[in-house]
Amino acid sequence: MIELFGISVSTQPIWLTFKVAVTTTVILLLVGTPLAWWLAHMRSSFKIVLEALVALPLVLPPTVLGFYLLIAMNPNGALTQFLRLFGFEGQLTFSFTGLVIGSVFYSLPFAVQPLMHAFEALPMRLLDAAATLRAGVLDRFFTVVVPLARRGILVAMTLTFAHTVGEFGVVLMVGGNVPEVTRMVSIAIFDHVESLEYAEAHLLSGMMLLFSVAVLMLVYGINRRFAVKVG
Amino acid sequence: MKKLLAPVLAAVVALASPAIVLADTLNAAVAANFTKTIEEIGAAFKEKTGHEVKFSFGPTGKLYAQIKNGAPFDLFFAADTDKPEMLVKEGLVKEGSYFVYAQGVLALYSPSLPVKEGYKDVLGKAEFAHLSIANPKTAPYGAAAEEVLKKLGVYDTVKPKIVNGESIAHAFQYVQTGNAPLGFVALSQIVDPQSPAYGKGEYWLPGQDMYAPINQGAVILKRAENNPVAQQFIDYLRSDEGRKVIERYGYSIP
Amino acid sequence: MLKGDLSLRQGDFQLESGTFELETTGITVLFGRSGSGKSTLLRAITGLDKHTHGTLYFNGERWQDGKWRLPTPRRDIGFVFQDAALFPHLSVRGNLEYAVRRAPSGGASLNELAERVGIAHKLDQSVTTLSGGEKQRVAIARALLSRPRLLCMDEPLSALDWRAKGELLPLIEELARETGVPILYITHAPIEVERLAARVVFMAAGRIERIETLREALERPDSPLFDEEGPVSVLEGRLGVPNEHGLCAFGEEGERLWLAPPTHSTDGRPQRLRILARDVSLALDDPSRISILNHLPVSIERIEPVKEGRVTVATRTAGGQLLLAEITPWSLARLDLVPGRLVYALIKSVALME
Repeated sequence: MIELFGISVSTQPIWLTFKVAVTTTVILLLVGTPLAWWLAHMRSSFKIVLEALVALPLVLPPTVLGFYLLIAMNPNGALTQFLRLFGFEGQLTFSFTGLVIGSVFYSLPFAVQPLMHAFEALPMRLLDAAATLRAGVLDRFFTVVVPLARRGILVAMTLTFAHTVGEFGVVLMVGGNVPEVTRMVSIAIFDHVESLEYAEAHLLSGMMLLFSVAVLMLVYGINRRFAVKVG
Repeated sequence: MKKLLAPVLAAVVALASPAIVLADTLNAAVAANFTKTIEEIGAAFKEKTGHEVKFSFGPTGKLYAQIKNGAPFDLFFAADTDKPEMLVKEGLVKEGSYFVYAQGVLALYSPSLPVKEGYKDVLGKAEFAHLSIANPKTAPYGAAAEEVLKKLGVYDTVKPKIVNGESIAHAFQYVQTGNAPLGFVALSQIVDPQSPAYGKGEYWLPGQDMYAPINQGAVILKRAENNPVAQQFIDYLRSDEGRKVIERYGYSIP
Repeated sequence: MLKGDLSLRQGDFQLESGTFELETTGITVLFGRSGSGKSTLLRAITGLDKHTHGTLYFNGERWQDGKWRLPTPRRDIGFVFQDAALFPHLSVRGNLEYAVRRAPSGGASLNELAERVGIAHKLDQSVTTLSGGEKQRVAIARALLSRPRLLCMDEPLSALDWRAKGELLPLIEELARETGVPILYITHAPIEVERLAARVVFMAAGRIERIETLREALERPDSPLFDEEGPVSVLEGRLGVPNEHGLCAFGEEGERLWLAPPTHSTDGRPQRLRILARDVSLALDDPSRISILNHLPVSIERIEPVKEGRVTVATRTAGGQLLLAEITPWSLARLDLVPGRLVYALIKSVALME
């Protein structure tokens, strides 16, 4: 619990939200980068289908996406069974893992699209040049792709993080609003509002707003400082 | 030529003034949970009287806001009592028309656990992973579920297992998709033959004395104050024929 | 020695090189029209395109076998791209260090090579501030700093203006000689072939048509190297010091020519002289009262059929070099020229290739 302006609110949702957002951002960077690379350099017409699938969370109402996730993540669901192959135990829904999986799906386009556009804009000759200078695949990725696609990577990270912090529908569906386990800030605010606890709602909303603005300013600041002219 | 013109003109006038053509049609705003019940009653009413009732379904709060902002509804069937009572206070309804048309019935439902006879045992041991209820802060069914759990003396035992659906529909989804093995849902969600839960698993109905009634209130709106058809529909809904349908869909009537 | 047989499909274009065997000393030029498959062949040779298949051996080392391919970073090749392909996020020095850090030790240092290609004063600039010619100098230095066993250059001059071309052409020639790195050089400009090539790989429609020395290539009357300027001969020789009239002697006694001194030192190395056949006239005896300085005694080797109202006469100099002259059929008949006849070639215009 913290107390500000005489109003006390639980800090647990804030801490949880932060953890979910950081984990989601890291996972989407790891998963989204190869996916975006693959999509950016795909020549087959199948690309259109995949791009549409990736963009789906942008158009599906979160509660619909959440409902399908409930089906996939129930103890006998496809996703649960799949993770069992890797030794996963327990239940996905109503847990931290479930929140992260839901957020990963929901924020997928926010990570993949900026990355994909950054990779598409990358001159492939520079990678060829690096290869002829004896740079291997990972070497090329970290010394050529990352510095040149830095803007896209930053945008992808910020959008993923901010989107996860602010997300409501999906985490509500798959999280089950369990105090101290899956009650994220956005849900806590909603509960406060529904219970007419406006002071607490204002306090949490204000903190979230300040935090989001700070993150965005930080990113735009970094972005400007390291601006690179390509070409 | 003049002979031909007259009926054509009459037809144009008739089409242009909906008041004349649609005189026998009512518009009703209905809480989404009551959709099927009232559609069946409406169809029977039309067959009997020839008058048609058109229904708009939605969350009670949204319908209330629409009515306050002048939406052309004649009748309002809410999922709670607050919203119609507020309309009464605001003077937007026909005087004396407010009544409770149905009461929600709470059910402990599980597709797999023996809750019908063994609810005490199941809840007391709390060996399940999750118990789904509607959010007690926002949904009357949730508050009722919490009351029942407290009356049974198992609230503290099951509390760590509780997951909160934002609405009763949402709480039902948790059970229906297998994410929670049992949950407090509305009886209306499991007795509907089209429900995915119909005839599957078992349920226990806590006594009506264990929780405050989940009343659903209705009003005739100011707009239909002098419309005899509006009163006629309400009367039909409250007749034995209407009550039978309401009860068949899992509601009780005070 | 580079030998193999490569195929590679790129969109609608199909490369089927056919078996080839290339001497890898000096500069080998891949020549052909655009769309003939030069660049595709180079991508296949360097392993930059993963769809390549066939066989390729470099000095007995396996580079390509069926679908298997030795990754480009392990082939020890250097590559100079048409547009330089410098890393825009690195300075000039950063680009050069990128090569040095991944190269085996030894060879010229970064500073030495930067000095040699003339960009030492630009080391700490961003590459985006460089001119086209400067970028290409950095690209050449970067490729050489990676200590390649084979240097590939894909039309390195085609994006440059004539002045930068004039400066870079001799630089490439000198660096090839100084470093001894074999070079595969793509161009569609005959003048670059005539200046640089030890041998020429002619390409058309995705195939290698033939591989021959520059001398052989120029002896063919229908040589693809002859463009809208008509047939060309290339004479080789050493350059002497300027005489009292400011002109330098070129070549041995008996095939000596006089030309304006070069703009930079040639250090007594063999030079190439490009002579258009249309600038060469033939005379039955040596005219003395004429402004043309360069008269060479030559013997007629063969006379080509009349084409577009002109006849190309192939002659040999005293030193056995091929010199082509383009005359009218009327002159041919008037002078009664036949193979084996000794005549004088009068060369109207002569300049060193530089």
